[in-house]
Amino acid sequence: MPIENFEDFIKRVLEIVFWVLVFSPLVIFPLIFIVLPSMMGLIGIMIPGPIGVNDILAALADPLKSIPIMTEFMKTDFFKIAVFPGFTWAALIATGAILIERKLLAKMQLRVGPLYAGKFEGVLQPIADLLKLIAKEIIIPRRADKLAFWCIPFAAMAVGGALLAIVPVSKQWVVTNLDVGLVVAFAIMSFFPIIALVAGWASNSKYPFLGGLRALHQMVSYEIPLLLSALGVAVLAGSLNLVKIVETQSSIPFLLVQPLGAIVFFIALMAELERIPFDLPEAEPELVAGWMTEMSGMLFGVTQLAVYVKFYALAGLFTTLYLGGWYGPQILPPEMAEANAVIWFTVKTLAVMVLMMVPRGTMTRIRIDLMLKAGWGRLLFLAFVNIFIAIVVVQLGIVPR
Amino acid sequence: MTLSVGPQHPGSGHFRLIITVDGDIIVKAEPDPGYVHRGEEKMAEVRNYIQNIPHIERPSIIDASGILYPYVLAVEDLLGKSAPERAQYIRMIMAELNRITSHLYFLSIFGIFLGHSTMFMWPMGDREVFIDLSQMIGGTRITFSHFVPGGVRSDAPDSFADKAEKTCDYFEGRLKEYERIFVNNPLCHQRTVGVGVLTKEDAIKLGVVGPSLRASGVKSDTRRDEPYDAYDKVDFEVPVYSEGDSYARLRVHFDEMRQSMSIIRQCIKQMPKGPVKQKLPPQLRPPAGEAYARTEAARGAMAYYIVSDGGNYPYRLKMNVASFRNLIAIPYLLKGVHLADMPTVYWGLDYWPVEADK
Repeated sequence: MPIENFEDFIKRVLEIVFWVLVFSPLVIFPLIFIVLPSMMGLIGIMIPGPIGVNDILAALADPLKSIPIMTEFMKTDFFKIAVFPGFTWAALIATGAILIERKLLAKMQLRVGPLYAGKFEGVLQPIADLLKLIAKEIIIPRRADKLAFWCIPFAAMAVGGALLAIVPVSKQWVVTNLDVGLVVAFAIMSFFPIIALVAGWASNSKYPFLGGLRALHQMVSYEIPLLLSALGVAVLAGSLNLVKIVETQSSIPFLLVQPLGAIVFFIALMAELERIPFDLPEAEPELVAGWMTEMSGMLFGVTQLAVYVKFYALAGLFTTLYLGGWYGPQILPPEMAEANAVIWFTVKTLAVMVLMMVPRGTMTRIRIDLMLKAGWGRLLFLAFVNIFIAIVVVQLGIVPR
Repeated sequence: MTLSVGPQHPGSGHFRLIITVDGDIIVKAEPDPGYVHRGEEKMAEVRNYIQNIPHIERPSIIDASGILYPYVLAVEDLLGKSAPERAQYIRMIMAELNRITSHLYFLSIFGIFLGHSTMFMWPMGDREVFIDLSQMIGGTRITFSHFVPGGVRSDAPDSFADKAEKTCDYFEGRLKEYERIFVNNPLCHQRTVGVGVLTKEDAIKLGVVGPSLRASGVKSDTRRDEPYDAYDKVDFEVPVYSEGDSYARLRVHFDEMRQSMSIIRQCIKQMPKGPVKQKLPPQLRPPAGEAYARTEAARGAMAYYIVSDGGNYPYRLKMNVASFRNLIAIPYLLKGVHLADMPTVYWGLDYWPVEADK
């Protein structure tokens, strides 16, 4: 956008301010919380606990003294939301997942994939893509509903991020430990079809609208088998608290007790995430790019990031419900039990994500009527069967409650 | 709701389909061709017989030999000359190589239209080995301008037979993998079986040609029915399926590649030594008269009608291309199918807009 007069200049400045506001929760806040404590004493006022301003001033002179301050910081809720189990961590994993997906798909198709950005196998490709997307002009259709159109990427990000808050990475690293965590997860999930529909409607264009309608149909009809299959886990664990569900699996992951439920949950999750073979809302030859057709530049970037954050969060939910969350053999020294738990959770979640990426190379897209038939006819039935299996298992007393 | 699919849409070529949908069902589909019309027939009237060769193969560059073949045959008919025997075999090899590359292109686009991206990449990669092979004879990768009246421009090198044999062996193994991952894939069955059914009677009435006609149960192949060059000396089968749906069309393309490879192998065995070109004057002046030639190109019967008034230029040249013959079936087949099946049906007919617009 060339700057020709004062109005353009103001617009440009506002645009920059806008992006700074967008990225501050992702990048700047984590930086502030890690770097500044060792440099600025004033921040210390915000810290609860025994550390005073004098300690922070001392830390300015001696970096070693900043360690306890940082440990205090890591206990704050803000750190949890913005940095570790929350946004930055999820955004990192999401961009990593995009890269992994591209490389994996390329290897399956006898290609090389991203190769030149970064010294090794194109590891910096996500950063290059981010810079490209920021540099692009944002084009909004003239008759689009501007407010709704601008809100979509951030609403998608907010909903995806809300899921992060309840998925426990380890016993300590969970943002909110709710007693009804599982119900809340499904409550948040029911926002996705609304976002897709509003995105399609706000674009005021035919292909996005058809895509939004398809997303609505697909997500609503696959949410029910998803919920019912997760009910089996709730019956087994006797709790809706996700942390408690994981703790019940300390001896045996529910995948072995509930294989049918896990399969139904996995398939329904693929549909919920719009991944091939269920990527009908973005079916390329028919609907161009589905409800994201009119998105451009960073609006598209944020939406795409939100989709992958959601991907990570739901894969984490699968790990929590069926793969025993953070439990795993101790590979680190015993005093680092927390790190061990985080590593196991991440490895399991990434494995689930990779498993969801593989069909993209081996399957064709399914048709909407066949998909709805499969969802309402078969998955729903299997999910009901699964609940009875869970009840039988509980009655036999295989799983300790 | 009326949707304008194309000309800038990932699911159309250089042409437009105006589709009226009721919910997810297509009520009416109107094809709107002509975006890449280049006036090939008129252009041919102001160029001499040799100058016509390069521009005639442009409408269908992925099947460049196929679209040029009948032109060369028709001009030879006008001149009353015929190509040396070796040249006839080389032409057949080139035509079959082009058939394979064109069918691989078909397969890959069919794959991406079904959302199967691996099936987009693999045939595109394997197409490259056949392009290399035809480059050994033709000299360039796709637009060879290799056939000339009275023979071919250049001979096949000695190493060709060996390399062709190796390539065919490699590709037969790959075809099995394609079958495993794509053609026999249950999701692919679900998407294509029973979709866009063209019955035998309708196919004959509409005048559909090529693989689409054979998929509807009509055993019609110009190579078998009216053999030209040395096609009567090679032994091959014409794959025919009676279902007439998108899956049958996919299978016909698939089986034809196997038959093409068998033809190439037989040609290499039977090919005699000798010249590949008759001496003809650089400025061809066929006697006044008319000629008609028909061949089987990758997309179906391809026919040329040339009228000569004894001058340097053709008086009139009429191209009858396969894609344009199949265009008429698109609105007929799309009526009543799901919007999601539109790409499958449309591309299943192997419609190539550039070829149809001439």
